[in-house]
Amino acid sequence: MPEANYPDDLRYHDQHDWARIEGDLAVFGITWYAQDSLGEVVFFDPPEAGTTIQKDTSYAEVESVKAVSDVVAPLSGEIVEVNDALQDSPERINEDPYGEGWLVKVRLTAPAEADALLGAAEYRKLLENG
Amino acid sequence: MNSEALRQTPLHEQHVEAGAKLAPFAGWEMPVSYEGIREEHSAVRTHVGMFDVSHMGEVEIEGPGALALLQRLLSNDVARLEVGGAQYSCLCAEDGGVLDDLFAYRLGGDRYLLVTNAANHESDLGWIGRHSREVDVSVRDVADRYAMLAVQGPHARAVLERALRLELPPRMHAAAVGIGRRPAIACGTGYTGEDGAELLVDPEVAPAIWAELLDAGVVPCGLGARDTLRLEVCYPLHGNELSPQRNPIEAGLGWCCAEETGFIGSGPIAAARREGTAERLVALRIEGAGIPRAGNPVLHEGEPVGEVSSGTYAPSLEIGAGMAYVRSDLAEPGTEIEIDVRGKRRPARIASRPLYEKRS
Repeated sequence: MPEANYPDDLRYHDQHDWARIEGDLAVFGITWYAQDSLGEVVFFDPPEAGTTIQKDTSYAEVESVKAVSDVVAPLSGEIVEVNDALQDSPERINEDPYGEGWLVKVRLTAPAEADALLGAAEYRKLLENG
Repeated sequence: MNSEALRQTPLHEQHVEAGAKLAPFAGWEMPVSYEGIREEHSAVRTHVGMFDVSHMGEVEIEGPGALALLQRLLSNDVARLEVGGAQYSCLCAEDGGVLDDLFAYRLGGDRYLLVTNAANHESDLGWIGRHSREVDVSVRDVADRYAMLAVQGPHARAVLERALRLELPPRMHAAAVGIGRRPAIACGTGYTGEDGAELLVDPEVAPAIWAELLDAGVVPCGLGARDTLRLEVCYPLHGNELSPQRNPIEAGLGWCCAEETGFIGSGPIAAARREGTAERLVALRIEGAGIPRAGNPVLHEGEPVGEVSSGTYAPSLEIGAGMAYVRSDLAEPGTEIEIDVRGKRRPARIASRPLYEKRS
């Protein structure tokens, strides 16, 4: 597993999710901290494309050998794409949480919600303060 | 429970140094994993791993009345336990419910050692104490006298004999040995389905033994891998498969119950054996996606018929698997069931036990 890192170009949710926003589309995933706390991911149960998801509510689950973790939507929208490669290789969430380990692509219905998300520095501070 | 209240094993510093993930377990701060549960699991299946299980309790029972007391308290026929032998038993309540499951070792003529589950150690001591008042026997809580290391895997014996210059007793036997110039007890037992030994050692020399075994290439393993390993071979865990609300018969532990000895709980247990039980403990495998977890409902033709007692991703099987209590008429291996995993019905089948069998 790589060392802790929180890229500056992402927006963060305090439930340890990230969003890479490009216009009214965004890619979601879980942060380095989230995958590290969970341990080796063995199963990602994705939602279906077309599903509407709501900011701050769970839209999927990731499971490690011992634990299940809800994945919380950092923003509201409609899922347009799911990372199908995770079906066979869920470990990508550990190996590359911001790249090949992305979870879903979403068409945002309320892009202004992003103002409430954290920047990388703020998210790091949140982790430091426990 | 706050972290100050948690007890630490004599190997706590070693765990922190190794970067272990620590978590509370039965009042102890214990390593859950080091490098990762799957790696540790596979080290034990293919090579050798070691577990700090110093949270386990030890009770020494000695005196002319020791055999009679244990025969009354333990489900197995303790009279068959030879000096240097090990025996698995349930400690049962009057109604046959399982208070704890434990190993009894006969260390000498009338000297026995019981290794208890950490969560039950205090209540076991109370139970044993209450039943030993009229008996010529001394019951000693010796939990602080021992650190406990489980060294498990196909290479465990070879590594232990070489690295610690030990002569190990055979499987299901125990022997007094010297480790680090201190007296220790080596037991040919374990909780992983692999060969190996459990060492009861002086807490003061435990760190040196741990370091020596690390140098010998033994992989440190946490309670996470301990749980996946035991689950694959269907060993019960008290608190999950076993509890005061379950008797050994429904848990599939009739083999360690000798009702003819008249132990406490033997009456209801004999009745359960004779008449059958409403539910039985089974192994199960998910057929496709999904991981069963403790507490998930088990369904048959859409109807609830039981509950998962332990569930996990099984690293050696590479599939979700576990154990469950189900209606006895559905306990046959091959029976199609569904597991309700947080609202999603996952097709599964009752499997034969153990789930994982070593290819020899």
